[in-house]
Amino acid sequence: MDNYDNQTTFAHDDDSVVVIIGSGAGGGTLANELAQKGIDAVVLEAGKLHTRGEFIADEWASFGQLAWLDNRTTSGTWRVARDFPNLPSWIVKAVGGSTVHWAGASLRFQPHEFRAASEYGDIPGANLLDWPIDYDDLAPYYDRAEDKMGVTRTNGIPGLPGNNNFKVMHAGATAIGYKHCHTGNMAINSVPRDGRASCVQRGFCFQGCTTGAKWSTLYTEIPRALATGHVELRPESQVASIEHDNSGRVSAVVYFDADGREQRQRARAVAVAGNSIETPRMLLNSASSQFPDGLANSSGQVGRNYMRHMTGSVYASFDEPVHMYRGTTMAGIVQDEAHHDPSRGFAGGYEIETVSLGLPFMAAFFDPGAWGSDFTEAMDQYAHMAGMWLVGEDMPQQRNRVTLNTDVKDAYGLPVPNVHYDDHPNDVAMRQHAFQQGTAIYEAAGANKAYRTPPYPSTHNLGTCRMSAHARDGVCNGYGQTHDIDNLFISDGSQFTTSAAENPTLTIVSLAIRQADYIARQMADRAI
Amino acid sequence: MLDQSMNRRRFLKGSGSTLMGTLAMTSMPIAILAPSRSWALELQQLDAHQGEVLLTLTRHIFPHPTLEDAVYALVVKDLDAAAADANVAETMRSGIAALDNRAGGDWLALDAEQQGMHVRAIAGSDLFKKVQSTAVVSLYNNEMAFRHFGYGGELGDAGYLSRGFNDLTWLPDLPASASGPVPGTNG
Repeated sequence: MDNYDNQTTFAHDDDSVVVIIGSGAGGGTLANELAQKGIDAVVLEAGKLHTRGEFIADEWASFGQLAWLDNRTTSGTWRVARDFPNLPSWIVKAVGGSTVHWAGASLRFQPHEFRAASEYGDIPGANLLDWPIDYDDLAPYYDRAEDKMGVTRTNGIPGLPGNNNFKVMHAGATAIGYKHCHTGNMAINSVPRDGRASCVQRGFCFQGCTTGAKWSTLYTEIPRALATGHVELRPESQVASIEHDNSGRVSAVVYFDADGREQRQRARAVAVAGNSIETPRMLLNSASSQFPDGLANSSGQVGRNYMRHMTGSVYASFDEPVHMYRGTTMAGIVQDEAHHDPSRGFAGGYEIETVSLGLPFMAAFFDPGAWGSDFTEAMDQYAHMAGMWLVGEDMPQQRNRVTLNTDVKDAYGLPVPNVHYDDHPNDVAMRQHAFQQGTAIYEAAGANKAYRTPPYPSTHNLGTCRMSAHARDGVCNGYGQTHDIDNLFISDGSQFTTSAAENPTLTIVSLAIRQADYIARQMADRAI
Repeated sequence: MLDQSMNRRRFLKGSGSTLMGTLAMTSMPIAILAPSRSWALELQQLDAHQGEVLLTLTRHIFPHPTLEDAVYALVVKDLDAAAADANVAETMRSGIAALDNRAGGDWLALDAEQQGMHVRAIAGSDLFKKVQSTAVVSLYNNEMAFRHFGYGGELGDAGYLSRGFNDLTWLPDLPASASGPVPGTNG
């Protein structure tokens, strides 16, 4: 098994280290990339270390083990605020972050998606902006990320074999004329690779992959970073705030350790990768007399433009059994609606991906709050159901934002984050289109009945510290370096200027690899 | 439909706070999991009447005509455990009393249609919400429910690669270009 023992430790007053907050797709990748270059780093992870052998093939028990359950509040017109008022997102609090429970979909953004403002034009209410980088800037890093993660249908890696759920999707999609339907670009081994086994189709991708077939920083980047002797991992370290010196550069990170004791780790630079709710929360909770609105917030954009993707699901019942829960959760994709075509009545595009839930989560998420025979008759069809998740670009909006709820405090007395979200009319139009197309796919495959399921708590949390070419428009530059503070970096999906249609992890990893190169250059040049 | 399920139910009033019953459908896969045809639930907090009301109320909220009472009893078990909290116990006590009261004294004595009318009237009450929120987890998160609804549960832990992940035969096989090789085969 992987070795998680620290090969080195750093003193709390050692100000030569890069402190990385979070160990998921952004933080875990950044730690290893820096370590491979010989750069010392301390990784502060709020969650515990759960190794692969500890994962549980039981949805609710696993949820209790892995999910980020610290109190949060919600507001806005999104249905999640009604159904799950204290669970706006479904992400992981553990070493490896949400790469422990992600489904593995690894899609590159499309070139035009880096230029959303230019391509989509003025959309009332949308705070659109072009990214300060373009596809060609990121392409070489997409290459490296795909190789690192072992993405199927890249680098000569075959696709995964399709399961029952995908057979239904494929039959329906091809029947209505879709051309781009296959088992996806997945960071799940279809053949043994990189010391990890091939997938045995357990169907518990969301509960942690016991075989390691699915890429996660938990058993790739992190043990490799530790093995270099340049990285110290400190699990159960909940960051409270980031401190700065008189020159306005960040100098230390204050956190609570596993015993609840306050600690202070000095730092040469700080990289924040706590997912897009915690990352702005930390910056806002770090307000000082010099930065009264929080760190790196001269633009006022910290916490704003929270994006969660346009999402929805269609489930459908058939005469014959499907057993959708058997095998990979994201077992295949239709990409024909991913392009930008305003004639459909909305800007941007969406992906159609299979999804399955076990019986317990189907009951919880199929139609939250529902009761009576409409609900139970659908549940009775469980073994005969196929399922798909619709995921597309949502519009950044200034008022969709993470703020501090000073009325509600966490275990350490710190304000909890409030997550506000209203659908933009573009999101609503896209969801309506996606529901129609998803239903058409299943009807073409012979469905008796199709069901439209509302968005789940957010798994894709994006944009709350966005990249921008100009300091007035956003929080960080094209390398995730904050405009206001040279040695403070944003290293997770919070950087995203716009959400694009694709699942974000591959792009987060690619940006982290690119950021590591940049940080190393900046350190070598003594710029930070 | 609900009438049928009520007729199939075989409730036995236990002595003291015990909820008892027998499996109605011994040929169902669920019976494999049961040690015997009869089942009993010892209640710690609730009395037998309250237990029976909660079981029947759960059947109205989540009506699955062929799902055994033994599975619904797992909801009652969790509600009974929750009633160790005095506030929860009071929510159930007063909610059940109110339900009986509005039903003329004994809600369980009404026929299923009449019962359902009163259930719709109390939808949104504290009792209803407590039963609903407990049942949506408890009813569907147990081995017997997994068998009934056809979910593999932890049987999947070993992987479905050689156990039916792609055994669907009522649609065309996938073209190779859309799929990928199955490990351990030539396909």
